[in-house]
Order: sequence, then C-alpha cells, then structure tokens
Amino acid sequence: MFNNLNLVALPPEHEELRLGIRALIADTITDLPSDRRARSWAGFDADFSRRLGAEGYLGLTLPKAYGGGERGPFARFIVVEELLSAGAPVAAHWIADRQSAPLILNFGTEEQRQAFIPRICKGQLFFCIGMSEPGAGSDLASVRTRAERTQTGWRLNGQKIWTTNAMHSDYMIALVRTTGTAADRQNGLSQLIIDLKSPGVTIRPVVDLAGDAHFAEVFFTDVDLPHEALIGAEGEGWRQVLAELAFERSGPERIYSSVVLMDAWIRHLQAVGRKDSGTRMLVGDLTARLGVLRAMSIACTARLEAGESPVVEASLVKDLGTSFEQELPLRIGDDLAAHPDEPVDAELHRTLLYVTHLAPSFSLRGGTREILRGIIARGIGLR
Amino acid sequence: MIAIHEIVEPFGRILTSAVPTSVVRAIERGGNANVFWAKIAGSGYLDALVSEEAGGAGLYGLSVHALWQELGRQIVPLPVGETMIARALLADAGVSAPNGSIALAVATPGQDVIVSLGRVADNVLVDDGSHLHLVHATRAHIEPTGIVGDLAARMHWDSFDGSIQIDQPECGLRAITAVLRAAQIAGAADHLVTVTAAYCNERIQFGKPIGRQQALQQSIAVMAEDALAARIASQIGCAAGLNPPLAAVACAKSVASASAARIAAIAHAAHGAIGISLEHDLQLYTRRLHEWRLSEGSEAYWNNLLGGERLQSCEGTIDFARLHCS
Repeated sequence: MFNNLNLVALPPEHEELRLGIRALIADTITDLPSDRRARSWAGFDADFSRRLGAEGYLGLTLPKAYGGGERGPFARFIVVEELLSAGAPVAAHWIADRQSAPLILNFGTEEQRQAFIPRICKGQLFFCIGMSEPGAGSDLASVRTRAERTQTGWRLNGQKIWTTNAMHSDYMIALVRTTGTAADRQNGLSQLIIDLKSPGVTIRPVVDLAGDAHFAEVFFTDVDLPHEALIGAEGEGWRQVLAELAFERSGPERIYSSVVLMDAWIRHLQAVGRKDSGTRMLVGDLTARLGVLRAMSIACTARLEAGESPVVEASLVKDLGTSFEQELPLRIGDDLAAHPDEPVDAELHRTLLYVTHLAPSFSLRGGTREILRGIIARGIGLR
Repeated sequence: MIAIHEIVEPFGRILTSAVPTSVVRAIERGGNANVFWAKIAGSGYLDALVSEEAGGAGLYGLSVHALWQELGRQIVPLPVGETMIARALLADAGVSAPNGSIALAVATPGQDVIVSLGRVADNVLVDDGSHLHLVHATRAHIEPTGIVGDLAARMHWDSFDGSIQIDQPECGLRAITAVLRAAQIAGAADHLVTVTAAYCNERIQFGKPIGRQQALQQSIAVMAEDALAARIASQIGCAAGLNPPLAAVACAKSVASASAARIAAIAHAAHGAIGISLEHDLQLYTRRLHEWRLSEGSEAYWNNLLGGERLQSCEGTIDFARLHCS
C-alpha cells in the first residue's frame, strides 16, 4: 500500500536556503521566549512576514513571472522546516503562501494572478480561509453562506467561524453556495475572494483557551462583491477545495507543532544532567518517531514535486504527525512531573502548558482525525 | 541503473514458488528445509549484497530494503536475509562462504541466546563482542523453544575455538540484523494491511461488510499508518548500508518494533475468532511480527541508545533528525 511513498533525500541544490533563512531568523527573532515561539505557525508578525517576502523566502513554489521563486516544494520544505524549528511567527503569510496563491495560480484568471500573487510573494498581502461555519465543520458541504448574483457581481450573506487571523487579513477566500440548496451538497458551491474591508463585513475575534485571539467569527451582511471575486468557474468550489488538500495536509507543520517544546525540554535535561535509562528511552522514542515522520513528510513532498496530489498519503502523514505532536506534551509533562524536586524554569513551564492546552486543536484543524481516518480507510479499499 | 521493481519482482516470484504458506507450515511442523533452500540458493540472490568485485550484485540501500521487505511479506521460513548479510561480510573479509544457510547471533561462549531460524540453519555467524565466528550449527547446544511453530532455537556455544573468524563490522552484527528485522516487519505489515482490508470487505455481519463499521475503519487506518511508518523507518536503516550509524538503526528498529505490536493486535481484532486458530494463516504473520519485534533489541533497547546519543548532542531536534536519522 502507498508504494509511491519512499525514503527520499532532499536535493542538495536547495540547502543553501537553509543557511540564508537561519541568518534571517537569527537577525530577527532570537529574543522571543520559547513559550511565544511555541505558538509555532499560529504566531503572527506582519513585519516578519514582510521581511521574509522582501528577501525571497515566500512564494518558493510559484512562477517567477508572478514574483515567486519557482524553486518547487522541496525548497519550500527546507525554508518551512527552519521556520518551524525556530518557532518563527509565520501566521501572517502562512495561508496565502501555502494555499491561497497556488489556488489563484491554478484556477484564477490572469487578472487575478497579477492582482494577488506578486504581493503575496512580497509578504504584503495576507489571506485567511473561510470554510467552517457554526453549522458546518467536518461536514463542509453543508455551508450555508450564500452569494447571489447581482448587476455588479455578488451579494454575500452568512457567517464563517474559526477563521484564523481574519482580523489581520486583507482578503478571505471563502467557500459559499452560489446555486441550488443545501440538499445539493458539494454541487453549487464556489470560492470567492472577499475584500475584508468591504462594507457589511464584521469581524469578531474569538479568544482561545490560552488567551490568544487568532480565531475569529466573520459576519457578512449584504456584502457587495465584484464579478471578479469568483475564482474559477461557478460551482467549481468543491473541486478547488479538494485540490488544495494535499498541500494543506502534507507539510511539515503537521509534525513540528510541538518541536519548540521538545527542544526546550531536551535543553532542560542537558542542563540538569539527567541521563538515566528511563530518560534516555523517552528521548529516544520521541526522537526516532520524529525522524521517521520527517522522512514521511519529505516523501510526500517528493510526490508534490512530481506534480501529483497525494491526498490519501497526506492524510496518513497528518494523522500520524498530529498524534505525535499531541503525545509530546503529555509525555514531557509526565517526565517533568515525575521529578517534582527537579527545578523547571518558568519559561519551560509556560511552554509545556501552552502546548498541552492547545494540543487537542492539532488534530482538529485541517481535517479532524476521524474524518482523515475515514479517508485513509477508503484509500485502502474499505467500502 | 536497474529499477528496484526489476530486482525484487523476480525474487518475489522465486519465493512464492519455493516457499508458499503450505511449505512454511510444513517446515514449522519439522519438515526438511533443504530442497527449498536449494531453490533459493540457486537463484543467485544470496550474493545480492556481496560486492561486484567478489562476484556478487553489489546491491545496497533501497534495493536491499526491497528484497528484505519481500522476505517479510512472504514470511520466508529460511535465513535468506541473514545469509545475504553473512555472505557479504565474509566476502569483504576475503573468506569464501560455506554452502548452506547462515543464521546470525550475538553471544559470548556459554551464553544462551534465542536465534531466529536456528532450527533450520546450517551455520551460524556469531558476534561475541569482539569478532564474528562462523560455526556449523551442529557445534551449538541447541534446543527448540517449545513454542508451537517456532523456527527459532535456544543455542549456546562452549567456545568458538577453531571457527573461521573475521572482524566485526564497526556497528556490530546486532545492528545490521536489527535493520533486516525492521524491513521484514515492514513487509509482513504491508501484507496484513492488504489481507485485513480484504477480509473486512468480505465478512458480512448485520447485513453488511464489517468494513463499513466506522470503528473498524478507524483501526484499519491506524494499521496502515503504522505499516507505512515501519516501511519508511526500515528504509532509513537500509539506506545507511552495511555499517549503519546508530541513529539510523535505532529509528528503523524502534519504530518498526512498536508498529509491529500494534499491527498484530489490530489484525487480530479485525479477523475475530478465526484469526486465533492455527488453521488460519493470520497467525503465521503475527507470530513473526512479535518475534521480529523482540529480536535484536525491541523498541526500548534502541530508544535507550538513541536517547543517549541525542542527549550528548548540542544540535536541535530537527537538525539531529536531519543529520542522523535520514
């Protein structure tokens, strides 16, 4: 099964990106404490994203004709891996770079490509994804936000929720119903590019259990959009969403969300000199699994590099990866609390508890575990 | 450059023809293995790892992984992979290999050890901690384990005096054997995913295939994840060649061993009672998954060694994985 996924070495010609991005990170964010860096790809810093764009680290998979680096998925993997390792605040450009720009490239008009992609590559334009609604989470085809055709374009009414960074984004790409009724499910859905400054758009931040406000509810009340807000053909929305899935699910952000904590914990162990066999076994277990997950993520990237869309394989790696990400804080918490007289500094304590509290979200975002396992089961041939 | 499938497909056909499951069962019941060994020995694949200068195929890396994985997929009841390793090490030392099969063991004189396929091997290559000794199986004190169908044997040697002696590989014999076991686990695991999915589509309960139950779909998905992890992990071990670094071996054997245990459990859960019978083929695979998991160090053994190495390194987690585990 899945014989197309095999161990692959990252090509050496992209390794110089690693040195460059490390230097940039060292120049910009080393003072960030580990509990802030543990926010990982949920950490927002518009200036940092603009700097990445200015220095050519965004749009690495996009054509030079639109301001991209045209270097492919392996190159992007290397840069993303370094950013995640450092816990750099990449949230501002993350969605635009990972999937909005590729979507516009693959399905958009030439005008849309010119209007959006160059500025995304420069880190100047920020996007969010409008998919979930209060009544539509895993059952995405049941979205009720609706866009009706008007003389000038579209009139949008409805609501999105769990929209990461809507309050800081310039545009949302939203999955909405443009024809038919809810009973038509995947048919009659389209994706629209929504200027979030449009009248009728109301954004309300949702504070998470760690006190961060990166989620939002977004309300649309008679929002007027131009014709050109539509991406691709009307009714093509579901197919577009499916085409994004391999990009969205296969990346190393699905295995590295807890790595800042892991590094902080290992530094703690080294500082206190703990190296008994129990400690070694735990460190070895987590290290071995991460090493294999990294190889699996690179194997998926090789499929993207070959122009494929490894949706089932990406689901598999995401599920395994997020399980690891979630287990990490629990094992580390158990380890530290098993030595209650060993001093744990405040920053490590905050880092541990942040990751512990947010960990359930790792297997909810981007497709819940239960849904992904159903996809994998079908991919194996279970009817 | 020959494609891997062109190397492994003929090998797979030879194995299917020589040692189908009926032969596996016959050998487990005490039947003679010689005629089956001869069929495999005649194929030339036993010298797959021997260098081309020494007359072998000089295979390494993912090609070797594919061959070893196939040995696991077809639960070959003969020390084929072990003999490939032994013949390559002997050739490197300029020693001509004996006829017959060679099992692998790590033991000091007098130490009782369980040797995989010790019941059917003609020779054993033993690592005593300082050298490798090639000894004929008749020189060992040998006892069956007493486990039904088990082809392993309890063996010990009073001494290795007079044996053919060659240098240890730097990593030790256990490490290379562990990588072989990881690849065997991956092969058997892949087979079990296929047959378990097929069984879930065929077995009807409550008016529909049991594969329609979401609870089973979730389990089988986890099984597939573990099987893929075992394959990639064992490829990491094989990519490093016949003297693999500790971290590569540890990733391979730790992850494959942990996967083996869970895969065996899910396969039995899905098959229900019939999988517990001797007559059904499932146990031929799951007994071996457990054997290979426990052979040459389980996950805890390799985790311990890898953790020690990790704690001595100043590298960050991702750098360590990138530099040592890939």
